[in-house]
Amino acid sequence: MSAAFGQLLDITLVFSTALVFGAVGGLLSERAGVIALALEGYMTGGAFLAAASAYALERLGFGPASAYGALFLSMFAGALLALVHAAATVTYRADHVVSGVVVNFFAAGLSLFLVKLFFAGAGQTPTLREGMLSRVAIPGLADLPVVGSALFRQYPTTYLAALAVGGAYGLLYHTPLGLRLRAVGEHPEAAETLGVRVRRLRYGAVVASGAIAALGGATVALTTTGNFSHATIAGQGFIALAAMIFGRWHPFGAAAAALFFGMATGLKNVVQLSPWARAIPTEVIYMLPYALTLLVLAGLAFRSTPPAALGRTDEAR
Amino acid sequence: MAEPIVSLRGITKRFGDFVANEAVSLDLYPGEIHALLGENGAGKTTLMNVLTGLLRPDGGEIRFRGRPVRIDSPEVAYRLGIGMVHQHFKLIPPFTVAENVVLGAEPRRGLLFDRRAAREAVRALTEAYGLAVNPDARVGALSVGMQQRVEILKILYRGADVLIFDEPTAVLTPQEVREFLAILKRLAGQGKAIVFITHKLKEVLAVADRVTILRHGRVVDTLPAAGADEGLLAEKMIGRRVRLAPEKAPARPGPVVLELRAVRERRTGQDALAGVDLALRAGEIYGLAGVDGNGQRPLVEVLFGRRSAEGDVRLFGEPILGLPTKALLERGMALIPEDRHREGLVLAMSVAENAILTRYDRPPFVRRGILRPAAIRRAAAEIVERFDVRTPSLAVPVAALSGGNQQKLIIGREVARRPAVVVAFQPTRGLDIGAQAHVYRTLVALRDAGAAVLLISFELDEILALADRIGVLSGGRIVAELAPEAADEETIGLYMTGRGDVRHGDAGRGDSGGDAVRRGGAGRGEVGSGDDAGQEVAGHGGADRTDEEKAGDGR
Repeated sequence: MSAAFGQLLDITLVFSTALVFGAVGGLLSERAGVIALALEGYMTGGAFLAAASAYALERLGFGPASAYGALFLSMFAGALLALVHAAATVTYRADHVVSGVVVNFFAAGLSLFLVKLFFAGAGQTPTLREGMLSRVAIPGLADLPVVGSALFRQYPTTYLAALAVGGAYGLLYHTPLGLRLRAVGEHPEAAETLGVRVRRLRYGAVVASGAIAALGGATVALTTTGNFSHATIAGQGFIALAAMIFGRWHPFGAAAAALFFGMATGLKNVVQLSPWARAIPTEVIYMLPYALTLLVLAGLAFRSTPPAALGRTDEAR
Repeated sequence: MAEPIVSLRGITKRFGDFVANEAVSLDLYPGEIHALLGENGAGKTTLMNVLTGLLRPDGGEIRFRGRPVRIDSPEVAYRLGIGMVHQHFKLIPPFTVAENVVLGAEPRRGLLFDRRAAREAVRALTEAYGLAVNPDARVGALSVGMQQRVEILKILYRGADVLIFDEPTAVLTPQEVREFLAILKRLAGQGKAIVFITHKLKEVLAVADRVTILRHGRVVDTLPAAGADEGLLAEKMIGRRVRLAPEKAPARPGPVVLELRAVRERRTGQDALAGVDLALRAGEIYGLAGVDGNGQRPLVEVLFGRRSAEGDVRLFGEPILGLPTKALLERGMALIPEDRHREGLVLAMSVAENAILTRYDRPPFVRRGILRPAAIRRAAAEIVERFDVRTPSLAVPVAALSGGNQQKLIIGREVARRPAVVVAFQPTRGLDIGAQAHVYRTLVALRDAGAAVLLISFELDEILALADRIGVLSGGRIVAELAPEAADEETIGLYMTGRGDVRHGDAGRGDSGGDAVRRGGAGRGEVGSGDDAGQEVAGHGGADRTDEEKAGDGR
């Protein structure tokens, strides 16, 4: 029994990690007042650049270090896409939803185009061998009973995601910068009259959100799929967005929600492997995490309050 | 007196051809409350925006503690110690009081925000200036009066010695006004120089040391408040004698037109309306006094079909509770809403379209489902003419009109329907004296033409000036009903705060309710001489515009 629990916990963490990055990135952007609909695009961009650069580094002979280089580089993909979203929404006051949708399509189209360009017309990047991340055990803790292996024999990205959650919390609630960032998302005019640089802060928050969300995309490519194709992200950005809302725009809440949705994906895999599930069409099983997302959001999300100035494009200057 | 802390010398500010301030000079001394009095558009706010760095003057000089300064931006003003509390607060509701106060100049401990230091700083300020506010309270949960204190704390935190208040009492309840004026005195007592922008004469006389009156952007006079009275100040402000309270003959009340019995409404557990009994007669103005939040809004919403309630509401003896808004309007109910921007007008639509919003689907404005612009324009032109709505054309968006002219348009639109019952909810909110007088005269004219007028106002002066009968709404009930002769501010004030001795016999039972309803008959909507009412109003309207308003329109 405890082995099965450990296994589910392990698989939950694996699938949640990308969502945690996405949700934390998303809330930085939304707390500053910019709708984070482009999360899907940031994650797609991150996954593409991670897979492509890991393959390139692998070929150049960097071995297992390729994965870390790729993880780092992936952030630039997200940051660049986020810069487009920031320019559109903050400088040119475009509708946040329209800009988000455009960035998502742009990221999906561009990454697939580049895949075909670089890899002789293939639909996906070549599968990584040494360039994937491998699990790192934390000495001592990894040997704890039941949860030890699941929690502390994890991918480095999972530890990094935990740091991102703590970091986002510290930033938002315990630094002057965080106070200003939240002020900008609630009442930009008030912040501005007190000398807060609203636009600069929003640019920073959105670009940071892109970089962090891209780490989520890289996580998928470097720990789970080992390559990049059109199906690598497949809606995980939107699930991360849902997790952020479900988590009430709070880092801990968002992380908990991401874990929950990750567990739904994990359950999908567990169910799929059970003999009794053979009779269920795979499409139905694949629907599970999305259906759960929908149910939870329909039932609970309406009770949370978004930042007051979220999505507004009419403020002064 | 000592040296002035701020000295404005010959400040001139133009916007194109329009001169907002012309050679304005004003000295401000530490420890004084200096009232800046003037009609809307007289240049008060412009002058203060010059002083706080939001606008740059075209001429003149500002001296701060004796030396000339250039105030190019709000930051410079802040650094000099000049702070302003704007009419619309700039607060962040989910933040605590302390967070709102220190935002932008946060105390730090290393890289971190020092929350404890912020709290202590706010606590020290609240103690030093007697502004009791809990630093940890969420601003969104505070009353408007408390929120205003937070705004004051914000500028005190930045070390302001000069505090400017732009129409600070416009949003406050009478109690809060009293507390606010006490705060002003305390701040002045601690050596702060205070500019108090207002057009409320009573408040000026209550707290100001000196008064500077602006008209057409010029200083009319600066005088000590001690020797002044309301009449003198009003005359200087407007440029001629004005009687705010309209001449009115005694009312000749007719039969009961609108009757409420035990109207009760619960929404969130507590009773928004806790059994309202009210009988409104044709040809009278019934003034409903009360502090904001005692059921005024729910009552208006129930009367206009926007909120459900228990009990009985009858118009001409027929039950109307639960009827849709449109049906109620068609039966002769009319509303002058509290918030003309949100409820009275569609700001982006033209003056003409707004003028027929409550009749757009009836002939002659529509034929076979198609709007008829010519008929609409004709009706709108008539309203504009009769009610002296100053507008560049009928086609401009109504948002381009001044508040007074927007209100005239709403009133004109409703009067044109010849309503039997007019509910006027805070009808002079945000209007200057000239426009207020116009509204008052219109309401009296409506009454004289036989309409039943329900005046709901938070301004006691307004009720006392107009009402033929006064009810006091407190805790969702009418707790007292008084004749105006028997009513004074003190008595009504006691009832308003729920401390008056409540005599149930007086409590708005509607002594002859049932019979009166029957006498009222089932006639619909129209009061015979509605047209005449309009004419009479228009007659006054032409003369009562102040020059101030004309200047405003010119922009």
